[in-house]
Amino acid sequence: MSSKLIRGLVYLSAALTFTSLVFILLYIFANGLPHLNSDILSWNFTTDNQSLIPSLITTFIVLGLTLLIATPIGVFTGFYLVEYAKKGNKVVGIIRMATDTLAAIPSIVYGLFGMLFFVTFLGFQYSVAAGVLTSVIMVLPLIIRSTEEALMAVNDSLREASFGLGAGKLRTIFKVVLPVAMPGILSGVILASGRIIGETAALMYTLGTSSNLPSGLFSSGRTLALHMYVLSNEGIHVNQSFATGVVLIIFVLVVNGLSTFLSNKLAKGTK
Amino acid sequence: MKAKKVEGFMQGVFLISALLSVLSIILIIIFMFAGGVPFMLEYGIADFLFGDRWSPSNTPASFGILPMILGSIFVTLGAIVIGVPIGILTAVFMAEFCPPKLHRWLKPAVNLMAAIPSIVYGFFALQLIVPIMRNFSGGTGMNMLTAMILLGVMILPTVIGLSESSLRSVPRSYYTGSMALGATHERTVMKVIMPAAKSGIISSIILGVGRAIGETMAVVLIAGNQPIIPQSITSGVRTLTTNIVLEMAYAAGEHREALIATGVVLFVFILIINGVFMFIKRKESRA
Repeated sequence: MSSKLIRGLVYLSAALTFTSLVFILLYIFANGLPHLNSDILSWNFTTDNQSLIPSLITTFIVLGLTLLIATPIGVFTGFYLVEYAKKGNKVVGIIRMATDTLAAIPSIVYGLFGMLFFVTFLGFQYSVAAGVLTSVIMVLPLIIRSTEEALMAVNDSLREASFGLGAGKLRTIFKVVLPVAMPGILSGVILASGRIIGETAALMYTLGTSSNLPSGLFSSGRTLALHMYVLSNEGIHVNQSFATGVVLIIFVLVVNGLSTFLSNKLAKGTK
Repeated sequence: MKAKKVEGFMQGVFLISALLSVLSIILIIIFMFAGGVPFMLEYGIADFLFGDRWSPSNTPASFGILPMILGSIFVTLGAIVIGVPIGILTAVFMAEFCPPKLHRWLKPAVNLMAAIPSIVYGFFALQLIVPIMRNFSGGTGMNMLTAMILLGVMILPTVIGLSESSLRSVPRSYYTGSMALGATHERTVMKVIMPAAKSGIISSIILGVGRAIGETMAVVLIAGNQPIIPQSITSGVRTLTTNIVLEMAYAAGEHREALIATGVVLFVFILIINGVFMFIKRKESRA
């Protein structure tokens, strides 16, 4: 193959990839922004206005509760794997295999499991509790992986200096290692947020799709992404779907921007 | 003394947290298999896997998922044919051709592509690709080709991310050595760097396969969802994932169990794909 041909193909592929991204974003924005009006942003959902506000609030509820549970578990797992476990430990191998497998399971299987276990077996019904617990398991591997990477990026001389000054292991982790690793861990938590915000398949049969604001932990609701699915599946509220898409993409843009910013900060801090 | 107790206690807390992942995967396996396998045995595994009729509301009902298994495989293959070459070449661009200033923008762009929710991709395809396909091939425009194109785009960030990092981890001496022998930049990248990054690139394809086969909400909107073996690339298609999502809302009894069993088949597919992925990764870290 001639060099020119190779170069041409490489440039063409990159152009295709990035134009498709820009095109998708522009298409959703161009069609959605004009419909982001007071109707769709009104406080209560009615069949007339198809308001996204209740779903927006539900999204925040599910997101907040999931992170509240998943973050400590994920970060503690990272502590164990990086700071405590000895090399070649059998338990570590099993835990790694478990998290790798969890990371590979598709959303719909999480959804089925959540339905079988939380909704039916534990009797939660379609509820915030079932949706949140399913999401917790789903995002755990993301948080664990980024915690591990952030902790491993911290220079060992910092730990040794802390031990040398007489600090215990726990103190070293919380006062010396954690502050340096924090941006990396946060960037993982934020990535997990992105996954929860965009999730549909895992929540459809756990959280349910009720259009109202959930009245408690054991009541059903729908997140923005689910709201968009229901609207686009019905096919009669195309404009409202576009508008919901705009809000979802804005969410994702903010989340990704934050995550990129924080991982750059980690790279600077560990140098 | 007190400090030591706290140390020991917290180490226990960390270990228990870590074991929660193991507990989760065990629970998932138990509940999925217990929910689906009894039905498979009762209905007959061969009839279930290789039956080509899915008509849950007939009497007697038939639950053959061959159309969905083939549907998933066809759609995934199509996505690979479309997405993998573009993805790998884009990774080559990012690792070897792109100025660092541009890379600072493109890297987050790839991450953004990975983060756009499935439902947004699906809705985009429903509004744009489906009408184009309708003009082009007739019918509803919701068909296998539409799904392949969309999934081809959706696996791009997966393929690009892992391929790029494996291209970048090839020792720089390979590059300088080849250039010193008089090879052009392009030839060096294609003949030296890419072969050296082979196992990482293959891993990226396997991850892409996993993503495509597990995708649900984007496909359900645009694939037509007919539970019959597709006769051509422009026939409608139903995949394993969409079979579950479409009918779970109203399924009961045997029908519901058949859908869970569909999930089990999908789960086994993913476990196999993931097993291959881990095997390659392990081989790579040993080499």
